Amino acid sequence: MSASPDGAGRRRVLSVLGGFIRKETRHILRDRQTLAVLLALPLVEVLLFGFVIRTDVENVRVGFVVPTPDEATAALVTRFRGSDLFTPVGTWSSTDPLPDLFERNRLDQAIVLAPDFGADLGRGTARLLIITDASDPNTGSAMTTYAEQVIRAYERDAVGGSASRAVGAAAPGSAGAARIDPRIRIRFDPTLESRNLFVPGLIALVLTIVSALMTSIAITREKERGTMEVLLVSPLRPWQIIIGKVAPYLLLAFINVLTALGAAWLVFGVPFRGSLVLLLLESLLFILVSLALGVFVSTRAESQRAAMLGAVAGLLMPSTLLSGMIFPIHSMPAWLRPVTNIVPATWFIEIARGIMLKGVGWSHLWQETLVLALMAAVLTVASVRNFDTRLS
Amino acid sequence: MRALAARRDRARAWMRTVGTLIRKEFRQVSRDRVMLFQIFAIPIIQLLVLANAATFEIRDSRMYVVDESHSTASRDLTRRFAASNYFVLDGVSADAAPADDRLLAGDVSLILHLPEDFDRRLARGEPTAVQIVVSAEDGAAAGIVAGYARTIVAEYAAARADGPGHPIEIRTRGWYNEELDYRQHMVPGILVVLVTIIGTLLTAMNIVREKEIGTLEQLNATPLKRSEFIAGKLLPFWILALVELGFGLVAARLVFDLPIRGSLLLLFAAGGVYLVVALGIGLWISTLAETQQQAMFVTYFFLMINLFMSGLFTPIASMPAWGRVVAEFIPLKHFIEISRAVLIKGAGVDTLAVPLLALVAMVVVVFTVAVRQYSKTAS
Repeated sequence: MSASPDGAGRRRVLSVLGGFIRKETRHILRDRQTLAVLLALPLVEVLLFGFVIRTDVENVRVGFVVPTPDEATAALVTRFRGSDLFTPVGTWSSTDPLPDLFERNRLDQAIVLAPDFGADLGRGTARLLIITDASDPNTGSAMTTYAEQVIRAYERDAVGGSASRAVGAAAPGSAGAARIDPRIRIRFDPTLESRNLFVPGLIALVLTIVSALMTSIAITREKERGTMEVLLVSPLRPWQIIIGKVAPYLLLAFINVLTALGAAWLVFGVPFRGSLVLLLLESLLFILVSLALGVFVSTRAESQRAAMLGAVAGLLMPSTLLSGMIFPIHSMPAWLRPVTNIVPATWFIEIARGIMLKGVGWSHLWQETLVLALMAAVLTVASVRNFDTRLS
Repeated sequence: MRALAARRDRARAWMRTVGTLIRKEFRQVSRDRVMLFQIFAIPIIQLLVLANAATFEIRDSRMYVVDESHSTASRDLTRRFAASNYFVLDGVSADAAPADDRLLAGDVSLILHLPEDFDRRLARGEPTAVQIVVSAEDGAAAGIVAGYARTIVAEYAAARADGPGHPIEIRTRGWYNEELDYRQHMVPGILVVLVTIIGTLLTAMNIVREKEIGTLEQLNATPLKRSEFIAGKLLPFWILALVELGFGLVAARLVFDLPIRGSLLLLFAAGGVYLVVALGIGLWISTLAETQQQAMFVTYFFLMINLFMSGLFTPIASMPAWGRVVAEFIPLKHFIEISRAVLIKGAGVDTLAVPLLALVAMVVVVFTVAVRQYSKTAS
């Protein structure tokens, strides 16, 4: 019909489309309250969570069970006190109070020394038990490792000092015979600052929501009110209606990217090792995928409520958990790893981390980019088809 | 006597009205197939799938060995890494370039670099340095990977030394979760979040929807009392959410063998109180918002804050001091704490008094605010 190949027809279509986009933009701009929320909340979220989401284990509240206190045990407690990671909270003579303290969440860890610990250490063999609250396994195993390191350091000093005569030649000579000194180097993020890793993920989450949710609701609203019918009898073709609905949100989401990245750089000092232009282009691509997802949801949902339940309940937790944002994908069981591939955020996070932290370029990222482009294409085709069948 | 009878009659009338309202909401929900699926199937499916994803556990981490020494010793150490459950050997080469490339591409997460004189220095008893490069991409997991690598190297060194062991024998025990099973830690939290998402969304959309459709005006014109209206809007979803919580617990028990060490009664009582808070906030958003779009966006923000500040994914103790203070005002934080403690540690009322009281205080605040807001909307 109106999409005739001649130039005049095409120009007319474009001007109608342009007018429609302007109308939609004006709608969004008029609702100041929503607009302010849309611009401010993503920024607030990135800032707030950037500070709060950390996995570093510190301030471990440790208690000691010392049946026979003496100089050696006091020195051990002092060692823990001297470490930045540990906060000693008390010393008991038996393990009886421990369960209650753990249940009340007053204690993270207990170092239980065997009776006559000091005397045994003088003789060369002493025993102790580290009890850790492992209900959070990650923190639990980290705390265990830290405690072991403190105890080994104490042991080296104790053995090197007074106890060395008792242990004899074991310490300096033969143990040194196989000393391997592992030098650990953490690449891409030497300080292991959690936020450097989470910021790309947070941006992805925020973009998914602004784009996918807002568009799906905007389109289903027209359906619910019955104004979609009016649009459909207008000279606009279905894909033009979709573009008109989506274009203002594309701009809005892009502004969100800019402010979030700006905040990440200014406030957190998150590095940008690679090309900023590439990062912005990839963000644009990811916004397109999210918008297409929103349109797809809206072509299936009959009411705003259904669209919202589908989008929030269906997207929030999977994009958080399956995208590798917090939990690494290769820690997941083998059957689950392929599933993470269908989450668009997975690919964007890999791209954003690659550019920001590793400074890699196109040669390392073209595959991920291709996947995102494919997702956008498939979702768009599927929604246009859905849209068309509704017409007939 | 007569006053008492009158009061009883009034209470009966109240319950009858609220009962009718509840039936109406239930009927609306049950008529909508899509919504039924969204309310019941999606959260349970997500619980079963996502619980497997939430882990920092290291298994089959891919590693690359740069072996400049080409010796029995270097091969021995490499074999030790490959034989552990933590690492899978991706490749071995004499120079560092391919290893670096694999690390940049994200195909390996650890490089073990053995110097040319590794074997010679070991044999001579001189201290030897090996370099371990870990990719920080996996965040918390990177620290654990480095720790495992350090342990394997130390074990190898100890085996070479065959001197006497350490003078201090350390044994370790992880209480409450001896096998360090992540799912035990995550399942209660994820379940509670899913129930919160569904419950809050349903209530948040409810009143504003009636506003948009125009049926709220009709309701306001009826002799319905404010308390009846609020109870009629809150109770149906409160019941739904509690049923969902029960469903989820059964599924988690059957599929993940989730331990239930404490009292289920306590858990559901706390859940009931918590859900009044969560749904009450949803209701408040609903009375405040002009459009469903607004309600949705604000609810989403509320859910995100709950999700990331509740200690579900990252420990509260790791937050900066001000973050820990803010977390105290997050209802989800208290309920996750309660459910983890009840299910995994078997904690009782006496040890959980603080989070329980916090939730009760929140109920009071939320109700005062929501009722005020509604009366303003109604006028």
